Amino acid sequence: MEVEKNFKTAFAGGFGVVDSILEKYEYKKANLIAILQAIQGEYNYLPEEVIIYLGTKMPLSPATIYGVATFYSQFSLDPKGKYVIKICDGTACHVRGSMPVLNAIKGKLNLKEGQFTSDDGLFTVETVSCLGACGLAPVIVINEKVYPKMTSDAVKTIIDTLLSEERK
Amino acid sequence: MAKTLFINGKEVEFDNEPNLLEVIRKNGFNVPTFCYRPDLTQFGACRMCVVEVVYPNGRTIVNSSCTMPPEEGINVKTNTDRVRKIRKTVLELLLANHDRECTTCDKSGNCELQKYSEEYGVRNIRYAKKDPEKYLPIDHSNPSIVRDPNKCILCGACVRACQEYQGHAVLGFANRGSKTTVGPVAGRELASVDCVYCGQCKAVCPTGALTLVNEVDKVWDEINNPAKKVVVQVAPAVRVALGEMFDMPAGENVIGKIYSAMRKIGFDLVFDTNFAADLTIMEEATEFIERVTKGENLPLFTSCCQAWVRYVETQHPEMINHLSSCKSPQSMLSSLAKYILPKTKEGYTKENTVVVSIMPCTAKKAEIKRKQLTDNGQFDTDYVLTTQEFAQMIKSAGIDLKTIEAEEADSPFGEYTGAATIFGASGGVAEAAARTAYYLITGEEIASDDIVELRGVDKHAYNKDVVLDIKGTKVKVKVVSTLAEAEKAIQAIKAGTADFQLLEVMACPGGCVNGGGQPTSCNTPELRIKRAEGLYNEDKCDTEFRKSHKNKDIIKLYDEYLEKPNSHLAHELLHTTYADEFKGSYKDL
Ligand code: SF4
Ligand code: SF4
Ligand code: SF4
Ligand code: FES
Ligand code: FES
Repeated sequence: MEVEKNFKTAFAGGFGVVDSILEKYEYKKANLIAILQAIQGEYNYLPEEVIIYLGTKMPLSPATIYGVATFYSQFSLDPKGKYVIKICDGTACHVRGSMPVLNAIKGKLNLKEGQFTSDDGLFTVETVSCLGACGLAPVIVINEKVYPKMTSDAVKTIIDTLLSEERK
Repeated sequence: MAKTLFINGKEVEFDNEPNLLEVIRKNGFNVPTFCYRPDLTQFGACRMCVVEVVYPNGRTIVNSSCTMPPEEGINVKTNTDRVRKIRKTVLELLLANHDRECTTCDKSGNCELQKYSEEYGVRNIRYAKKDPEKYLPIDHSNPSIVRDPNKCILCGACVRACQEYQGHAVLGFANRGSKTTVGPVAGRELASVDCVYCGQCKAVCPTGALTLVNEVDKVWDEINNPAKKVVVQVAPAVRVALGEMFDMPAGENVIGKIYSAMRKIGFDLVFDTNFAADLTIMEEATEFIERVTKGENLPLFTSCCQAWVRYVETQHPEMINHLSSCKSPQSMLSSLAKYILPKTKEGYTKENTVVVSIMPCTAKKAEIKRKQLTDNGQFDTDYVLTTQEFAQMIKSAGIDLKTIEAEEADSPFGEYTGAATIFGASGGVAEAAARTAYYLITGEEIASDDIVELRGVDKHAYNKDVVLDIKGTKVKVKVVSTLAEAEKAIQAIKAGTADFQLLEVMACPGGCVNGGGQPTSCNTPELRIKRAEGLYNEDKCDTEFRKSHKNKDIIKLYDEYLEKPNSHLAHELLHTTYADEFKGSYKDL
């Protein structure tokens, strides 16, 4: 898969970034959460290779670190795109048609069943529960920016705009 | 005055028991447990051990007895309607998430989940059965351990065993809530992580989620093949544990019955790995003296435990030059058998000779697949069966181990000394080596054969330091069991604070008597103490033959073939090399 290839090359230069994060947090067990947060900040997610690498550098095994990384929902082990599209499927949004919007996004990005990140590695789609903006339902959020009252057509236009910006 | 509490109305004394469960069991009562293992930390996950506790002021609580400290004056009720119902519900919930394929499960008859379900009469499960479509793949990736996540009840015993004994937690919990699983990192197979195949995870697993790779059928096929000559050898620790699976006490030495059962099963020649243990001592003591003389590659690491060897190769490859070049006793015997039998016995050729070894150990199954232990592409040892598999073979052949007559092993690899027998317990290899090294250095026999400071297999004896006085020369010996302790020794060497010249390591807590292929003993740590006593008793009983260099057949072997320890031929047959080339190791990113 294209995405995987991109990530492989990301580590071709070694784990220098990870090393400096470890350095900063003194390789300490007690700093594990902070270390994982910093790494996620860097890569957008926690790559499996990095988890195993941490296990060979810290006084914790890869399996133990993996356990922590999968326990907390703040961590993602799946690669994320440059744009993370969060689509609300809370009650209000659902009633007002969030599912057709989600399907439109999936269609636009060519996502297969169980696939959340587009093949070009640009977009990741996540469903979330109520974002607390029910008055604007249905709502999507792309990298912190809120888009109210979505329709299938509107969301396609938004994605097209982002794509054309990328091409520039 | 001793403190007391009440169990089901009976007043009992307690003292420094770590938890209520121990007090309950010590006084002849019992409650079921899954996650509690006396040698590991308490975890309190399964809730099977719940009891009702009535405080002197009348307050009543339900609590897990494995996590609760004993308290003065409480009344503990182990068998009330309330706790029985809790236990039964726990069982139902576990079974709802279980594949329930008992008849084809390697653990059947020996499974705690099956046992308690039967005792509690679980017949009707109110929850839907797990959908077979959702079964996770079974891990058949390696020669030693099979991991079937569909039978896992998440008790975490394996996670703690790997962490607390072997120190590197190959197994861990992942995810949370109903999605929780136990396994190696990121859903990998055991062959793709730094597992050393010691089998301690399997030894503490209450269910069939971790079992050994069973090769009994393959060995029967070889025996039934008229074109093959099938020879067999048996390791020291097996003889004092096998009896347990036939209603005999732990520690009873059944070696003569083992030889006899082997012949009844149909093996062509019956040998004893103990012979090769004596040979190991001759070679390793000579190697040790040479290293000390030259001041090279010290401390010397023993190399008979394959789990330890693999640990050094994967975790500390820069230290492989410390490992003794001696093959393990099983591998020495196999190469010798394939070298000597075709020369001396009618009908034996290198090609038609099959060597089977009966071992207490799951790591031995992986050892024989090493490419360093092959000759022209042919494996030196063809099959390893654990004590458990061998018991299964004996039972299916309709042999009653308890009543059969003892017999002798076959020549030329059947004689052994007391030094060989104690190889099965942590400290035994070092003690045996000391007896012979003393003789090789001084030309005199050591004053006392008993070096008791090197003995002990319980959880307080995972690390032993002894200074030996060889006519004024002091030799420091360190003996450890568990890789967690071995890692500390390695760190000391790296830090330059280690002052020992010999490091004996056995990966299993207490040594091979407690190996991953032995009869289950995770709830009864006393069993391995009894097994070790059995070995030391055999060592004591023939005072003439307690030193490897006194083994007449060993002397003959050197006279007729090998010339002297560490000779050219000895090197070819009895020594090996190590390499940092494991695929799938964590370093193989
Ligand atoms: S076999 Fe040993 S090293 Fe491997 S997972 Fe089990 S306990 Fe850990
Ligand atoms: S594999 Fe066995 S020991 Fe490990 S958690 Fe599952 S049931 Fe418990
Ligand atoms: S201590 Fe003995 S039984 Fe355990 S892994 Fe090592 S050789 Fe095998
Ligand atoms: S339901 Fe979507 S914002 Fe509340
Ligand atoms: S045995 Fe006590 S909670 Fe599992």
